[in-house]
Amino acid sequence: MLFDSEILQITVLSLQVSAFATVISLLIGLPFGTWLALGNFRGRSFILSIINTGMALPPVVVGLVVAMSLWRSGPFGDLRLIYTPWAIVIAQTIIATPVVTGLTAAALESLDPRLQQQLLGLGASRGQMIWHLWREARLPLLAALMAGFGSVISEVGASMMVGGNIRGQTRVLTTAIVLETSKGEFERALALSTLLLVLTYLINLALTWIQQRGAKR
Amino acid sequence: MKNPFLFLLIGLFVLVSCNPASSQNKALLLVSTTSTQDSGLLDVLLPGFTEQTGYNVQLVAVGSGQALKLGEQGNADVILLHSPVAEKEFMANDFGIDRRLVMHNDFVIVGPVSDPAGIRGQTPVEALESIYASRLTFVSRGDDSGTHVKELALWKNAGLDPAGQDWYLETGQGQGATLSIASEKGGYALTDRGTFLAYKANVDLEILVEGDPFLLNVYHVITVNPAKWPRVNLEGAQAFAEFIISPQGQQVIAGFGLEQYGQPLFFSDADKTDADLGLP
Repeated sequence: MLFDSEILQITVLSLQVSAFATVISLLIGLPFGTWLALGNFRGRSFILSIINTGMALPPVVVGLVVAMSLWRSGPFGDLRLIYTPWAIVIAQTIIATPVVTGLTAAALESLDPRLQQQLLGLGASRGQMIWHLWREARLPLLAALMAGFGSVISEVGASMMVGGNIRGQTRVLTTAIVLETSKGEFERALALSTLLLVLTYLINLALTWIQQRGAKR
Repeated sequence: MKNPFLFLLIGLFVLVSCNPASSQNKALLLVSTTSTQDSGLLDVLLPGFTEQTGYNVQLVAVGSGQALKLGEQGNADVILLHSPVAEKEFMANDFGIDRRLVMHNDFVIVGPVSDPAGIRGQTPVEALESIYASRLTFVSRGDDSGTHVKELALWKNAGLDPAGQDWYLETGQGQGATLSIASEKGGYALTDRGTFLAYKANVDLEILVEGDPFLLNVYHVITVNPAKWPRVNLEGAQAFAEFIISPQGQQVIAGFGLEQYGQPLFFSDADKTDADLGLP
């Protein structure tokens, strides 16, 4: 039996954890990226360069640092979060946030700068202006969301280190693939990989559909 | 340079063409279990072998289950592992041509210093019964590795089946990660002594059960059958098998860990037979 209740549980957990992390990274990255794109202050390109480096943050490095902080011996050990799904959410949020931030900033910077002046000139408040800019840049912003989700659903190093790949508790699709491979169960590993790819495809299909519908309006 | 992209492309091309893997013909693919790598034994054994024979060893450390699968599919020249029953089957199916006894270490049951289940000094079977009855956390490898197979055999001997219990955690990871998880969760675990000693400083665990004959962990070296997979490096594989059972190799094994831990992590066994160690 290839698709049993255990695989269902693993799949649901993967989606929950990565969706959670993506939403949190969106809540942080969208305002932060907007601030970076519209702001005009010293050190702006420096912060942008840091964020752009963060987009290539290796998941294992994030995993190591998060694990060390959450271990009992670490500064946040008292929270007792290590080897729980929340630990994976934390690590994945750290991985996805620079991606969402960086792409948000790039999306807004690619808009015609005169649009900003025009909106303000028409008497829009700052909040109204940002809202309008987001609407204007909704295509690349959705792409930022997709990239953020893609970076965490496919990530294995951090999930393995901070989640522990515990069966029934913190095992997600990618860590299950590593495990089945290490057991020599290549067919099962391949089946899980296919499942992961199909799921990622369906989610991106849905987002692309929303994106393209928005484009035609 | 007018075009920065062209410059970048040329740079990338130069980077790619500087491939360090040039001496492929002297490469030997050794597949071993994670325990030999985690303990650090191969780090001291392999340089000596390379120096003597010139073979450049590519070490792949995986669980015993995957090690045997890799051997079956010809993705290994020589295998070093500790899963005697599965190894016999591997040999019976002609996937290997030569299987030699190399060394042993032993398994121990570790747990929190406070030992809430009270297993200290018990036999392995009694200890598992105590853990089962008290429903305290037990962390299993759960990865078909030699250690996992041993642990399942122990549960079977005790007539218990922990699968599916909420206190029974399966990590599906190597021994080091499993020990870290046991330490963080305040749980018990079965581990090979070598890996435990190597990780001891980083975990809050202590050896509670040891010394039972059933807990021996015996390593064999297997040369993969080149008749099945012609690309197997037979000469290199044989050189490695001979090196590891040679007096020189055995001396390295017997002396490994003495200095750092005050006790040897492995016992050299090339002069013994399977029967001496109680194997079928």
